[in-house]
Amino acid sequence: MKKLINKPEDVVLEELQGIELAHPDIVKVFYDPNYIVRADAPVKGKVGLVSGGGSGHEPMHGGFVGMGMLDAACPGAVFTSPTPDQMLEATKAVNGGAGVLHIVKNYTGDVMNFEMAADLAKEEGIEVESVVVDDDVAVKDSTWTAGRRGVGLTVLMEKIVGAAAEEGRSLKECAELARKVNSLGRSMGMALTSCTVPHVGKPSFDLPEDEMEIGIGIHGEPGRTRMKLEPADKVTEMLLTPIVEDLPYKAGDEVLLFVNSMGGTPLIELYIIYRKAVKLLEEKGIKVIRHLIGPYITSLEMAGTSITLLKMDADLTKLWDAPVKTAGMRWGI
Amino acid sequence: MAISRDDVLAWIKNFAQVIEENNEYLTDLDREIGDADHGANMNRGFKAVLSKLPSVESSDIPTILKSVGMTLLSSVGGASGPLYSTVFMQLSKSFAGKEQLELADWCAGLEAAEQGVQMRGKAVPGEKTMVDAMQPALEALKEAVSQNLSIGEALRKSADAAHQGMLATIPLVARKGRASYLGERSANHQDPGATSTYFLLDTAAKTWADK
Repeated sequence: MKKLINKPEDVVLEELQGIELAHPDIVKVFYDPNYIVRADAPVKGKVGLVSGGGSGHEPMHGGFVGMGMLDAACPGAVFTSPTPDQMLEATKAVNGGAGVLHIVKNYTGDVMNFEMAADLAKEEGIEVESVVVDDDVAVKDSTWTAGRRGVGLTVLMEKIVGAAAEEGRSLKECAELARKVNSLGRSMGMALTSCTVPHVGKPSFDLPEDEMEIGIGIHGEPGRTRMKLEPADKVTEMLLTPIVEDLPYKAGDEVLLFVNSMGGTPLIELYIIYRKAVKLLEEKGIKVIRHLIGPYITSLEMAGTSITLLKMDADLTKLWDAPVKTAGMRWGI
Repeated sequence: MAISRDDVLAWIKNFAQVIEENNEYLTDLDREIGDADHGANMNRGFKAVLSKLPSVESSDIPTILKSVGMTLLSSVGGASGPLYSTVFMQLSKSFAGKEQLELADWCAGLEAAEQGVQMRGKAVPGEKTMVDAMQPALEALKEAVSQNLSIGEALRKSADAAHQGMLATIPLVARKGRASYLGERSANHQDPGATSTYFLLDTAAKTWADK
């Protein structure tokens, strides 16, 4: 294992210490239990947005805490769901009296821990709603599995619902909006290489030099197929086609196109993918009106990409364009 | 001979040691069909339990088990945190008011734990989960109760049934948890959660063999 770390068991703690030093204007960091809240939390009268998940997906979620996006993030150990005590403390810290919305990626551990946290928060008299993100089309037969995984759409949901909460929408409205985003967005990812969880010390899976895995999850969970490496244009088509067919996205639709790096893939390659994806969508009469390109939901150092489409309307576009000030995403301010 | 508070403490300490010894083995099993963290998560959780244990050692059995459950909940994470927490919380609830445990108490406790895990994990037998080790262990235990076996004998039968259940997960296709994303590819691998569950029950049988 070749990593710029000190001790594997200190990785998350030392990352949090770095975030605390770098962004005191944006966030406050709490330890034991670990959680990050926006610097001005709780914002009185505003719905609090809490998300969380295993670490190793940076900038998600801690990098998305701040004005116009999340109120709090709970980082778990690398690739491991955080625990209910973290979520409860974070929920209490951001409760401005208008209730708290939990945004939960659909993984067995995350769902179970957030369920327990929501129960505990309700016992303490805080109004809590939960929305589960499950946008990964690579998981096909959902009644026979734990269901579709929450992947790239999570980033878009946190931005859009964050803007709505900032605007003063109610808990019920924010939850409905989050469910609407979930219903209009789809994703699929692929990997060129594996990644190594620091405390494990060896790669999560083996992927030969000349092969790729299509339909990978963000923790290195295997996907639909493993095959010989293909050129970028072909890979883009293999990711985009099942996404478009799943919703389905149709001629005349306006979409946000999100091309994400799994951590190890550089921007130069993401732009090659973006270029082909726009062309393929144009051929189908689908218009890209907004985009996001870069490493936003990563799997440590894994090389690979994911594509997310979100069907837009006037409200979603307005919320997407609204100002945001976080460590990982900032515009309009 | 009944199971005393000291016996329960010994079981927990022994299990923490078994988890530490099998940390890498459990993680390796999880790497094949999950996300390579089961051993590490369980080890972190039971290390936290060990450091918390001295503060509750002189309490009664339900209080000790509840403390283990709460500690696991805040230290393990993933799916195994809430699930193992549920096991110990249900045991605690089931043993309310007991100074020591007879075989029938242990049987009722394991039944409550098994139902709790099924409810929290929304899993049923045959889905390649912890339940696949727990459920046969419970059946064997119930049978042993009806045969008036000693605690040591009954727990050995129960642990052996858990072992069989664990091995029986090998050909299964996972339908719950991260392994389910593999579909057919999850077959021919032993479930890590069923494996740690077997260790838990096997450690009880070994610790209380003379009871």
